[in-house]
Amino acid sequence: MAEVLVYVDHVDGAVRKPTLELLTLARRIGEPVAVHLGAGADAAARTLAEYGAVKVLTADAPEFADYLVVPKVDALQAAFEAVSPAAVLVPSSAEGKEIAARLAVRIGSGIITDAVDLEAGAEGPVATQSVFAASYSTKSRVTKGTPVITVKPNSAAPEAAPAAGTVEQLAVSFGSASTGTKVVSRTPRESTGRPELTEAAIVVSGGRGVNGSENFSLIEGLADSLGAAVGASRAAVDAGWYPHTNQVGQTGKSVSPQLYIAAGISGAIQHRAGMQTSKTIVAINKDAEAPIFDLVDYGVVGDLFEVVPQLTEEVKSRKG
Amino acid sequence: MSLRIVVCVKYVPDATGDRHFAEDLTVDRDDVDGLLSELDEYAVEQALQIADEADDAEITVLTVGPEDAKDALRKALSMGAHKAVHVEDDDLHGTDALGTSLVLAKAVEHVGYDLVISGMASTDGGMGVVPAMLAERLGVPQVTLLSEVAVADGKVTGRRDGDAASEQLEASLPAVVSVTDQSGEARYPSFKGIMAAKKKPVESLDLSDLGLEAEEVGLEGAWTKVDEANERPARTAGTVVKDEGEGGKQLAEFLAGQKFI
Ligand SMILES: Cc1cc2nc3c(=O)[nH]c(=O)nc-3n(C[C@H](O)[C@H](O)[C@H](O)COP(=O)(O)OP(=O)(O)OC[C@H]3O[C@@H](n4cnc5c(N)ncnc54)[C@H](O)[C@@H]3O)c2cc1C
Ligand SMILES: Cc1cc2nc3c(=O)[nH]c(=O)nc-3n(C[C@H](O)[C@H](O)[C@H](O)COP(=O)(O)OP(=O)(O)OC[C@H]3O[C@@H](n4cnc5c(N)ncnc54)[C@H](O)[C@@H]3O)c2cc1C
Repeated sequence: MAEVLVYVDHVDGAVRKPTLELLTLARRIGEPVAVHLGAGADAAARTLAEYGAVKVLTADAPEFADYLVVPKVDALQAAFEAVSPAAVLVPSSAEGKEIAARLAVRIGSGIITDAVDLEAGAEGPVATQSVFAASYSTKSRVTKGTPVITVKPNSAAPEAAPAAGTVEQLAVSFGSASTGTKVVSRTPRESTGRPELTEAAIVVSGGRGVNGSENFSLIEGLADSLGAAVGASRAAVDAGWYPHTNQVGQTGKSVSPQLYIAAGISGAIQHRAGMQTSKTIVAINKDAEAPIFDLVDYGVVGDLFEVVPQLTEEVKSRKG
Repeated sequence: MSLRIVVCVKYVPDATGDRHFAEDLTVDRDDVDGLLSELDEYAVEQALQIADEADDAEITVLTVGPEDAKDALRKALSMGAHKAVHVEDDDLHGTDALGTSLVLAKAVEHVGYDLVISGMASTDGGMGVVPAMLAERLGVPQVTLLSEVAVADGKVTGRRDGDAASEQLEASLPAVVSVTDQSGEARYPSFKGIMAAKKKPVESLDLSDLGLEAEEVGLEGAWTKVDEANERPARTAGTVVKDEGEGGKQLAEFLAGQKFI
């Protein structure tokens, strides 16, 4: 069976959920071969094998952390040449898309970004994309070269399928371009202990209606009662009430959880672009005419300062 | 020494309009008004600020697009860019990301550059891949997704706010930069700027000017193919209740019914 390269997104060997989704999708079109760059390959290999990786190609070098993007492209290209895969799958993070983009140019292959589903087709993998703020769903193919496809988080439920997961060292020679952009310093983000926004099953977001950073504790309280991630609209982020990393929308994160709760958010097209594919949508807004109500499964027209605390109390008491 | 800046700007269908696909599954551009992609306004703004800091800088705005794409160039010129280049050719219809980056790379080389500045993503395709592709094709450093950018002493520096960390980046010129919408509000064109823009030069180039063949771009040359585009059915209207004091409890009841609690 044809091999499919899967680029591994991980934190020091802790494999992130979107990679497990990729392995699951990869099995529809071939045998997954995982590419793990950086530290922690041994720990990662166990997880990758559990989700179907027949092989794990690994490389570690200071270049991956010291320079931007290109060293990882060099390594992925080395894996590509070693394996001659039927497709290359990369998680749709900002960095993942850039890695995929440069690889596509190098190997002369078409690229599809932000796929939300993937299936085998008569003429190669067929990718579903959700475009124009999720108002259209398209099916596309790569017609030249080896399909390079980036896949959005929450596009498939990870399914375990134990495989060999044989670990092999990958020989990488870094090209002259690899040291072009130096990472002079790096300030890691503090962990909030809450689920990752793009991976969470439930997201609770606050907008301009939250009216102040101190009031975001209300949104956080509801999120914590539900085990949810916290999101924000750009208006709330621009006002400095919540970090930009939590922004949901066209220029923020795109989320596709089981449940999305929008409080004090009007539902502008750019916000909808990032949450419209959520399975169940709930809104709390004091304006009955707010466009967000066109999307909801359940909406409450009311003051979020009344509704949210009551909801949080009720969730807590029901959960005991 | 002069600093040559090329800003890549895309002409896109207005996102607040009713965007559609045409018969051949490319974007229907007749149906909805086009404009300069709002995210590229941030690129123009940063170019203007970098030029202000430099002794002698020239900003060229570059677009690859149909006849109407001149509107996007005029907007950028009215913001303060000096001149414009429009790559226009019937054979470009349906070009994909690989093809677009190829045309842009040729055009950027044609213009001559020390710095290329792009938006973080277009507001239609929204792939966010063209700047990285451009850097790869030009063989120069990519300094992308910056929320802060500065140029001095032949170097570009900037801050990239990623998911896991915030990074401070540095590269030598020439380089390709992309900026996010966190980089600073774009200015509105002044009346004087709008009047001045009418007199600024717009150079038109076609594929042959760039040494490209029709087969390398357009729908024919594309590396990808859209087989289907289906409009999603509108979501069926949900339940909307007015809070009369029990709104939070009613919502909890709904969430429990859906097994979220
Ligand atoms: C290129 C571009 C990219 C963009 N990217 C994004 C993006 O990624 N994400 C994003 O979110 N936006 C984005 N935007 C901005 C977007 O257009 C909207 O401006 C933004 O989403 C509005 O945020 P909001 O809904 O919080 O604020 P508003 O539109 O001001 O809405 C606030 C809502 O809160 C309600 N409200 C007020 N007080 C209360 C209360 N006490 N109780 C209940 N409800 C209350 C109001 O009725 C109103 O509906 C982008 C814009 C552009 C041009
Ligand atoms: C809904 C939709 C889905 C698409 N999906 C795919 C796909 O999966 N694969 C594929 O190969 N193509 C795809 N395309 C085509 C793709 O959008 C175009 O080829 C486009 O020119 C490049 O991608 P982008 O607009 O997404 O650019 P991005 O990479 O998002 O743009 C980043 C920046 O590049 C610059 N730029 C981009 N295009 C131009 C231009 N024409 N002129 C000047 N500067 C420009 C701008 O500075 C812009 O801010 C899609 C198009 C649409 C409308």
